[in-house]
Amino acid sequence: MTNLPYRWEQVRAALDTVTDPEIDESVAALEFVSCVEVSEDNDVSIEFRLPTFWCAPNFAFMMASDMRDAVREMDWVRSVSIKLLDHFSADLINRGVALKQDFRDAFPGETDDDLASVRLKFLGKAFERRQELLIRHLLGTGHEGEWMSQINLRELMGLSLNYEGTRLRTLYIFAWRRLHPEWSEANLAFVALSGDRLDPGQLPSYLRKIGGVRRNTEYNGLICRSLLAERKAELAGARE
Amino acid sequence: MFTTNSGEKIFVIDSHIALWDASPANQRNRHGEEFINCFYNYHKISPKEYYWPREKFEKYSEADLMKDLFEEGYVDMAIFQPAYLGEFYKEGFGNLKRNWALIQKHPERLIGNGWWDPRNGEAGLEQLEREAEMFKLKGVKLYTADWHGNSKGYKLSDPWAQRYLEKSIEVGIKNIHVHKGPTILPLNRDAFDVADVDDAASSFPDLNFIVEHCGLPRLDDFCWIATQEPNVYAGLAVASALIHTRRKYFAEIITELLYWLGADRILFGSDYAIWVPKWIIEQFMDLELSDELAAEANHTLSLEVKKKIMAENCARLYDIDIAKQCARLGLPIVEEPVRKDVGVGVG
Repeated sequence: MTNLPYRWEQVRAALDTVTDPEIDESVAALEFVSCVEVSEDNDVSIEFRLPTFWCAPNFAFMMASDMRDAVREMDWVRSVSIKLLDHFSADLINRGVALKQDFRDAFPGETDDDLASVRLKFLGKAFERRQELLIRHLLGTGHEGEWMSQINLRELMGLSLNYEGTRLRTLYIFAWRRLHPEWSEANLAFVALSGDRLDPGQLPSYLRKIGGVRRNTEYNGLICRSLLAERKAELAGARE
Repeated sequence: MFTTNSGEKIFVIDSHIALWDASPANQRNRHGEEFINCFYNYHKISPKEYYWPREKFEKYSEADLMKDLFEEGYVDMAIFQPAYLGEFYKEGFGNLKRNWALIQKHPERLIGNGWWDPRNGEAGLEQLEREAEMFKLKGVKLYTADWHGNSKGYKLSDPWAQRYLEKSIEVGIKNIHVHKGPTILPLNRDAFDVADVDDAASSFPDLNFIVEHCGLPRLDDFCWIATQEPNVYAGLAVASALIHTRRKYFAEIITELLYWLGADRILFGSDYAIWVPKWIIEQFMDLELSDELAAEANHTLSLEVKKKIMAENCARLYDIDIAKQCARLGLPIVEEPVRKDVGVGVG
């Protein structure tokens, strides 16, 4: 069983790929995950807690099922149990995720569709947020808007960037590929969410508009971190 | 009144306050306890010297409110925005009768808004009519995520909500304060979606829609809607409290609002008693936009702009004559600038 710590690390790495859609940061970085255990028989159990008792159940369900799927993808995993703690819909969400239910079946009568459209909406927001950050970084390191509006994904991937630039590019390309699974590396690297080409003359106002997404996620992130810290302090106090 | 370093007096209307009772005696169930827990965690964004003990935060007195707002908090007038939350609290979290009792003691300082819930059907319409008359309502606070039986929220575009908006006009209510909470039906949609405000604002041009915490966490969607609909306003409750821990970020929010909505459609609110207004107002009056942000905003955060945000915009919506009000309160007279023809006054 010498490889247990390594497997635990693998689970943590898998959780790094699962984001809170409203913040566009990983559930691990946000410290939502309070416990990860891997048994000797390769059963994985994960507990997580959100910043409030009231966090929207659809986003909670999304994060829980994404965690389950990200961990299940590793072939050594025998089973995964995900447990959301201290939430008004915890029972429904935990049962639904364990049974691999569709969101519609987990919340009967309270939905009119599955989570596909809200997922797509927030993937679009992540795409815009990451694009704005990358374009601003590239502008700041001497690249022209005109050139950016013309390059394809392969050229973007071949670009030599510093550590920060590389990080932003990786995040952006991840969203780009998810949003356009049918596109190839010959497609334009920078297009609007609508698919339209960027007009380099309009770049400042375009960035200003899509910058709204970043300001939102920043608000969500700082509120969530602050509420979660208070909540943890409260729970620690209650246990003493 | 707030006095600037240069000695100028600023009239202050706090457009979002409450007198709540979340004490264990009034809690109906665990939800009541969790709701106030969540508020208490928000409270901790305050500077440490302003922390309240939990018991006081659960239920504070009329005297606390008067002192925190009008003696120590620079506030001259304030508006109650009650959230009823009848599924969580036996006598409601906010309660119109309790508010009214205090208003009657200080009618020159306090305005009481009501609330309605479209899921109360015909009976609720009659109740609205009665309460509008009894409490002289000029506005309502709507909490779209309030629970009701099995329902965990509603939208302003629901047919019954449309009827309540019509009824609001009929009974003389002009100001609809909308608070988007975290659960709306159907649950599979974006839980904070503000699109229904867009629908309602276009269908009811005679009503003003003040979106509390300026649509956060959907500031981007909110700004977009507000540029299309001239009767949509930004309430600063919650956002304003970020000024202590996140001053630069708050400056960015104000920049966005000034750019998209201009200076005439932003209303100050402290969200008392989550936070007391004293430190928020001190820090806001002290805030300046960097040259870069001012260029982005197309505005500086000048004293003129601050006066609009602190009182003039709200005064227009609630037909408050600031000069007369100063006389009534025995304050130095603050002259109002010539009114621009924006907003719908309460007739």
